[in-house]
Amino acid sequence: MSATLLGQSVLSGIFSGCLYALLGLGLTLSWRYLKIINLAHFAFIFLAAYLTYQLAGPGGRPPWLVLLIVVPLFFALGVAQQALLDHFKVDEFASIIVTFGMTILAEVFIQWIWSADFVRLETQFLRGSFEVGAFFLPKQEMLMAGASLALCAATAGFLRFTWTGKALRASLDNPPIAASYGVPGQRLALMTAGAAGALAGVGGAFMALLFTLAPSQIYTWFGVVLATVMLGGLGSAMGVFAAGLLIGVCEAVTMALTAPAWAPVVPFTLLIVILVLWPERV
Amino acid sequence: MTISRAKIPQPSRREILALALAAGAAPAAFAQTSGAPVRVGGTLSLTGPLAATGAIHKIVGEIFIQQANKAGGMLGRPIEWVLLDDQSKPDLARTLYERLITVDKTDLIIGPYATANILSAMSVAQRYNKILVHSTFGIPKLAAYERHFPGWPLGPNPEVTVNAMAIDGILSAGKPVKTVTIVTSKFPSVNFLAAGAREEFKKRGIAEAAFIEFEFGARDFGPIAARVREANADLLYMGAIGLEANQLLEAMEKINYTPKNHLYLYPAPGPLSLSPLGKDALSLTIYEDLPPFNANPQAAEMAKLYREAGAKAGMPFVDPETQAGAGYASWQILTGAVNATKSLDDEALTAHLKKNGADTIVGKVRFDGPGNYGDDLMRLKQVQDGKWAVVWPKAVQTPGKTIVIK
Repeated sequence: MSATLLGQSVLSGIFSGCLYALLGLGLTLSWRYLKIINLAHFAFIFLAAYLTYQLAGPGGRPPWLVLLIVVPLFFALGVAQQALLDHFKVDEFASIIVTFGMTILAEVFIQWIWSADFVRLETQFLRGSFEVGAFFLPKQEMLMAGASLALCAATAGFLRFTWTGKALRASLDNPPIAASYGVPGQRLALMTAGAAGALAGVGGAFMALLFTLAPSQIYTWFGVVLATVMLGGLGSAMGVFAAGLLIGVCEAVTMALTAPAWAPVVPFTLLIVILVLWPERV
Repeated sequence: MTISRAKIPQPSRREILALALAAGAAPAAFAQTSGAPVRVGGTLSLTGPLAATGAIHKIVGEIFIQQANKAGGMLGRPIEWVLLDDQSKPDLARTLYERLITVDKTDLIIGPYATANILSAMSVAQRYNKILVHSTFGIPKLAAYERHFPGWPLGPNPEVTVNAMAIDGILSAGKPVKTVTIVTSKFPSVNFLAAGAREEFKKRGIAEAAFIEFEFGARDFGPIAARVREANADLLYMGAIGLEANQLLEAMEKINYTPKNHLYLYPAPGPLSLSPLGKDALSLTIYEDLPPFNANPQAAEMAKLYREAGAKAGMPFVDPETQAGAGYASWQILTGAVNATKSLDDEALTAHLKKNGADTIVGKVRFDGPGNYGDDLMRLKQVQDGKWAVVWPKAVQTPGKTIVIK
């Protein structure tokens, strides 16, 4: 095996890892701060992806403009979902079932509107790769990786340094005391859910840019993204980013060195190892 | 789960003629249907990972029943399709066939889509001695039931015959193809053919530059593309199912690599032919809406109705091909046998089909070989000018088209 093959595979793994982090960021926020294991986050991602396809493909709008439509729309969708879950007092474990049901409904909705057949957003937007020595850096993946890093860093900074972020963390640690200091728990919860929804919107836009879409593919992302979220530590934006990179690179190196069929084993092996060696991480 | 019931519209002369040809029908078939419907039970993957192809089988089944009911249905009675959604799950398919036979008490059953689900249905059919005509079963040696009848004529040993045909076609161009990279999904029906391909390439003296297996449902094809580029063989042979062909091509494009020649077993036909990356891609087929396959009026009618129904269903690719052909052929086999024997008896239908085979949209299908398989009718097709053309064997080549090998 050549150094070029290994290097190109590592690059591929870095891009995959960035995508895992981007898809997992909203999930980890809602799991940690809202106590909602929101499987419908994957449905939101695919709804956003299909909407991006529709607006940027047949609709002919530039992808950046589509993002300006999709992000606020999915912020609102996240808020509406949280309001619904609040109304029915859905707890952490029940949320798995309820949001899985929502995912199935979303899959049926997508199939109803766009059929079960595959659709692909054919666009010249950032098509092609930069060539650096013997390596190729795809432009669309570079943009996605940049967005992933920026959003993870911004989220981490927001939670750590802003009053709202501190209030959110205080509200998680001790809701009554936080409320007594004027922290509006309910409003913060809705805002967090909205942010998670908006992040799903961004993830969906990149999903449409990078992949051919089919409704059933919603489920193929469950395992690896949940493993990324758990490995990164719930609520840790940079943890999710690091975990995504670790999983992505390990998968890619596995594919380069051994049979690619072993790749799906990687995230769960890493998760089990971390659970055994560092149980408080998860 | 959904249940679809066919309507009984008024026939046109053209449609009646088409249907008569379809069922190998007797003049009696020109009569309007009457009486209680003949209920045919089956499942399809209307949701889940196989739903894109399941939708094709649903459309062609509905087209066939619409046509058949205009021309006498089965035994002069209308055909009613009791269709359930197996959600692409073999375990659910098994339960649903049990239900169709024991609870819904359908007169006949017809197979689901895809090897694993058909195998599940076959085990239930065997328990109740029911005849099972099915469309796309990929591993003939696993079908041991004497009353199963494949509408997809692969022959008893496709791992040998299909690969031999494909390699013959590639070599017919007279270009030196000395090395091959085999990349295959572990999806059973393509993995099985790819394993056979290794032997066939070896027999022809074509060296294997790399053999790469990946799990069905893989998302990242970047490292696989890098390995294909490093091997840089004369031919890329991919045991691909569904989107995997496009996924690998897109990953190769990102590292500026284009395979010299490339063959994909069972790709999603629309995305591959519509993508600029699919240029000169080879694949397999038993039916295309091209001469000589669509020479008879019935095939032309089916293609027209398929396009209309596909567009109505919002499908982006509406050209009928292998899946549509196999699905339609399986209905022709079942209906033709019922009308020829004037019976719904599983034993009589079995005896008739084994002895006579069936005339179908994909050609004459025989069931008198090992495991009820007859001739291998698989052909080689290629994306040329953004469309599929049949390029091998010569007898079925699309007029004006020949195989392009670099």
